[in-house]
Amino acid sequence: MITTQTDFRTALLDPNSPPPEGVRNPDGVQATKRFDVYRNNVAVSLTEALETAFPVVRKLVGDDFFRAMAGVYLRAHPPTSPVMMFYGEEMPAFLAGFGPAQSVPYLPDVAALELALRHSYHAADAAPVAPDALGQLAPDTLPHVTFAFAPAVRIIPSRFPLHSIWWANTHGGKNTQNAEPALVTRPEFDPQVDVLTPEQAAVCTALMGGEPLGQALRHGGADFDLGPLLGLLLARGAITSLKT
Amino acid sequence: MSKTTTTLALAASVATAIAGLSTAAHAQSNEKCYGISLAGENDCAAGPGTTCAGTSTVDYQGNAWTFVPAGTCETTEVEGDRMGSLEELDRDLPA
Amino acid sequence: MFDAIRPTLPNRPGVGYKAQHFNDIMADADPVGWLEIHAENYMGMGGRPLAQLRHLSEKFPFSVHGVGLSIGGEGPLDADHLARLKTLCDWLNPASFSEHLAWSTHDSAFLNDLLPLPYTAATVKRVADHIDQVQSTLGRHMLLENPSSYLAFAESDMSETDFLAEVAARTGCGLLLDVNNVFVSATNLGYSPQGYIDAYPLEHVGEIHLGGHDEDEDETGAPLLIDSHGAEVVDPVWALLDYTLAKTGPKPLLIEWDTDVPEWSVLADEARRADRALTQTAVAA
Repeated sequence: MITTQTDFRTALLDPNSPPPEGVRNPDGVQATKRFDVYRNNVAVSLTEALETAFPVVRKLVGDDFFRAMAGVYLRAHPPTSPVMMFYGEEMPAFLAGFGPAQSVPYLPDVAALELALRHSYHAADAAPVAPDALGQLAPDTLPHVTFAFAPAVRIIPSRFPLHSIWWANTHGGKNTQNAEPALVTRPEFDPQVDVLTPEQAAVCTALMGGEPLGQALRHGGADFDLGPLLGLLLARGAITSLKT
Repeated sequence: MSKTTTTLALAASVATAIAGLSTAAHAQSNEKCYGISLAGENDCAAGPGTTCAGTSTVDYQGNAWTFVPAGTCETTEVEGDRMGSLEELDRDLPA
Repeated sequence: MFDAIRPTLPNRPGVGYKAQHFNDIMADADPVGWLEIHAENYMGMGGRPLAQLRHLSEKFPFSVHGVGLSIGGEGPLDADHLARLKTLCDWLNPASFSEHLAWSTHDSAFLNDLLPLPYTAATVKRVADHIDQVQSTLGRHMLLENPSSYLAFAESDMSETDFLAEVAARTGCGLLLDVNNVFVSATNLGYSPQGYIDAYPLEHVGEIHLGGHDEDEDETGAPLLIDSHGAEVVDPVWALLDYTLAKTGPKPLLIEWDTDVPEWSVLADEARRADRALTQTAVAA
């Protein structure tokens, strides 16, 4: 009696399916509880991976909801790579379509931020530009300058107070009622999360997309003040080179 | 905005940003590092025996799903009408 | 064939490296003489994990231990993953690369567990072909580790020790003997752990693993040990280590502790116990 890996895998992920016929206890009887050891390893290890990957999502919905939701997620989206550090890529989209989570509409954005933090943590190292490099450029070249960003930099757009929701659940405090996209940077080894205004997020996204400074500024509207955004990017070591 | 104003405004912004840097960098170095959990590490250990995690699922398509979000989301106020205005803000952003 | 100059694992205690122990290890690792990492946790592009490895590798020989290659998989090996392993091994130049006699990926789903294989001629061929591919891609010999088993397959028609001997003979690979896994499997499947060691092709052993396990029982009340790596090594496993070392002489010994990871001093105590076992072996020889 041959047990294929398709048989084994199907029964592993489907608790309603009986164990494969060809698995045995030491006395030769078909294994049941012993097969459950493997079922358990898979379900528990993937659930735990999601718990450590999305601590703020978990805190927002509570342990019981998260664990049950993880059980649905891991069966719908088992890992497609053996590299577990990035498991959960489909979580934002999954949560957006997950009926029982609809009362927490900002959950997909929080999941996207937590994914971005992990990608930032493992991103390639990059040396930032000297802080005054921009000041060395002739003023009339400034509108044409383009920036290269460190691989660890991410912007998470959000129409919700994403930054303060995240902050309240990691450091404490209350959330605002503003739209707060989040900027993720990694000055050395620990990712930092900073709040952006929607206008700053739009300008920064354009800069990260390679638009020259003068053109990118148009995404911020007429009264946009570049100073705070630029100061933040330079302080966080987000910019790695300038090109005119 | 004329070309000259843009250039002048830009140069001023750049100067402000760079001038603010020494304090910003200082603030950062004193900031408590929140770290990051070493999420999703691989290992070759087995889970805790035969708990029911591997043998039970709750089908949320069916009628067995009884969980409601019950964590800090209960005290996170994100008001619907307020969010409506945020959506407008989002939409009004110059493209 | 694979004669690149590289360090070798010393016949001393090593530990599975955890990031939280970085400062302790850099300060005073005694008696730990080498470190093992799970390859998949160092497949990012940069940041702290790789920076820590860079520092540690200046002081310690490394063993890269893969946990996700699915060498026993029915399908082809994941070429992308093999390439990632090559990148890591080329960069770190570890003294050893090892993987498991198990499968974990099927139909592109990675199940994050070391799943069991039936011991048949067909499985020998599949595993040997995959090991040939790993060794030629990495340009080095690998070690293959015996699994912890919770059940058996009706179709198996050879012993695990004969299976390992056959794979080693066909591929030239070495073996990683996990004596805790031997104890767990022997208890779970009802055979003698010493008998397993007697039948094992000990001449191929390049490294020995030690770890803790949990105790449970199956539906008939028979003991069911779980390879949890979350506790101290138990006395019967230390005794099985002594039994093994008396036959093999000193070998690189690794303490594995992956869940509920304790503070460094607890791991160092386990490493000291391994060190005593090695010293006794050397004296006896």
